[in-house]
Amino acid sequence: MRNTDRLWAKLVLAPSIILLAIFVYGFIARTGYTSLTDWGNDPVQALSLHPVIKFIGFQNYIDLFTGGLNARFRQDLISTLFFTVFFIAGCLGLGLSLALMLDRNPKGEGVWRTIFLFPMSLSFIVTGTIWRWMLQPQGGVNQLLGLDPNKFEWLTGRSSIWAFDWNKIPLITAVVVAIVLGIVAFRALREGQRTRMLVAVACAALLLIWALFVGPNVKLLPAPELHGFNIAFIGIIIAAVWQMSGYTMALYLAGLRGIPEEIREAARVDGAGEWDTYRTVVFPLLSPITLSAMIILGHISLKIFDLVFAMTGIDNATTDVPALLMYLTSFKQNAFAAGAAIGTVLLLLVAVIIVPYLASQFKTEDNR
Amino acid sequence: MTTTPVSLPKSSAQTASPPARPPIKVGRVLVYVGLVVAALFFLLPIYLLLVTAFKTPDAINLASTWQLPKGLNWSSFSDAWAKIGGNMGNSVFLAVTATLLSAIIGSLNGYALSKWKFKGANTLFAFMLFGMFIPYQSVLIPLFQFVKSLGLYGSIWALVLAHVVYGIPITTLIFRNFYADVPDALIEAATIDGAGFWAIYGKVIFPISIPGFVVVIIWQFTQVWNEFLFAATLTSTSSQPVTYALSQLAGGQAVSWNLPMAGAILAAIPTLLVYILLGRYFVRGLLAGSVKG
Repeated sequence: MRNTDRLWAKLVLAPSIILLAIFVYGFIARTGYTSLTDWGNDPVQALSLHPVIKFIGFQNYIDLFTGGLNARFRQDLISTLFFTVFFIAGCLGLGLSLALMLDRNPKGEGVWRTIFLFPMSLSFIVTGTIWRWMLQPQGGVNQLLGLDPNKFEWLTGRSSIWAFDWNKIPLITAVVVAIVLGIVAFRALREGQRTRMLVAVACAALLLIWALFVGPNVKLLPAPELHGFNIAFIGIIIAAVWQMSGYTMALYLAGLRGIPEEIREAARVDGAGEWDTYRTVVFPLLSPITLSAMIILGHISLKIFDLVFAMTGIDNATTDVPALLMYLTSFKQNAFAAGAAIGTVLLLLVAVIIVPYLASQFKTEDNR
Repeated sequence: MTTTPVSLPKSSAQTASPPARPPIKVGRVLVYVGLVVAALFFLLPIYLLLVTAFKTPDAINLASTWQLPKGLNWSSFSDAWAKIGGNMGNSVFLAVTATLLSAIIGSLNGYALSKWKFKGANTLFAFMLFGMFIPYQSVLIPLFQFVKSLGLYGSIWALVLAHVVYGIPITTLIFRNFYADVPDALIEAATIDGAGFWAIYGKVIFPISIPGFVVVIIWQFTQVWNEFLFAATLTSTSSQPVTYALSQLAGGQAVSWNLPMAGAILAAIPTLLVYILLGRYFVRGLLAGSVKG
């Protein structure tokens, strides 16, 4: 009896598993393969019924990262990293402030919550349409706040700040990874895990030596190529925070409501002031929420597509992101292989964030 | 944040004491100031959206952006409806069909995964979940080819297919967590009574699934309605959902702004209504999306 039931359970799951195996893993593999070919690099071949497709290895990736024609992709990568940092910081900061205010039980709490959360129910296209109008240089926000349209150009701004040379990317990456490894080593030392500490220290040292002696001479491109933070993104970041900070607010509010009043009470009895209670009791309990929020927001940010499409369109190189460039490359220029390569890079970026997250979620579940 | 930490529960003993007016708490006032400022940030764009939509094209100029319209120009809405009304119909069909299908699949999957745990069920589920995080750009080209080879390109069914398949992870996740709270003793009791897999689903699980279905349906409906990438790649003019039509409506340079604003309102109304009427369930779906540790 139970055996047939278990069989039914697997049979019920089978169609979903097969579909996801094809539509997720099969298609990812297929995209990966396409990215190793030259499909669409020759426009004539792209749309023919039986295109001649050659296997060219990692050439598309090499072109993306070091090719003279692909500066736009490299700028997109840098843009998406800046966007992610500011978007996450904005959502966490605003979301936490809203949650803390609502946690003090103001009158009409439900109404406030509804106001802060409603943008979550809107499409990024709707949000983008509204904010594009808000951020017209001569109108909207500038008029309301009395800002000079020549200084606050918002989406039409063309300047860039914090520019650095793309050739320095390997160097910067090596140093950043070495610092992270250093932190890992330090924590391992405190927890008394000798092997882990030694391995981390050794890897960090190797990277630093490489950065000191080899790194400065590595040239990805023949000439320096400057990339920075395009300030036209500020408007898009504001719109994105407007839409998504309600999400972090809901997460934090659920977390705050989950903290038993006794724990806070105990801290107060011990003589902790209001701020101390937050610092020593509340915030540490919220830190796992901050981590999951960062992961969820981070992967949303890497995938951001619709909002940029609605606010500045696909032909606007200043405010381009990889997700948009993939669409443009594959479906407007029919350069499928190059588009597949961009899609794969995007997937790898997201996987770096999501795979450890899923792994940790299910590890704890198995231990229960 | 320097309020005095006196927030003892109000007991009847204390109400007897003379109600000494509490001093105006600075922290309390700051909270309300903060809330009002935040509410302005969230609502001003909506104010601008509404006043612009109700203006006549010649009344829209950058200098009078924030002023109220002289009269209510409803023709913005009828004009916008003429352009995107058909797409609204596509979206309704798409969202309802895809949502119902993925909700049913999710319910069965969640039941199988949470109540008939087999070896490796968790790992399998983790692999399923990965599908909800991937950037769809990484599957878009093969999906496009696949849809084309089935002869579905340009048909609304291509979108239904994509949304049902890529919706399986989240609907399964929400139902799995929902059913995890159903006591296993209920299932065991039913097994002793001789009920099998389907009988238990029909008699025990399904009847208590209504809240789960509400959460999943609201969430999926909102997601599918608002989706844009598939809408932009797998459809042709006749099957485009409203998000794509709106992006085209707003895309032109010389467009008078009342039209896209009215279009944005039309496109937003269904999901906004769902949110306002069933906000509690909406938030549950929102929180479920961040997996569950």
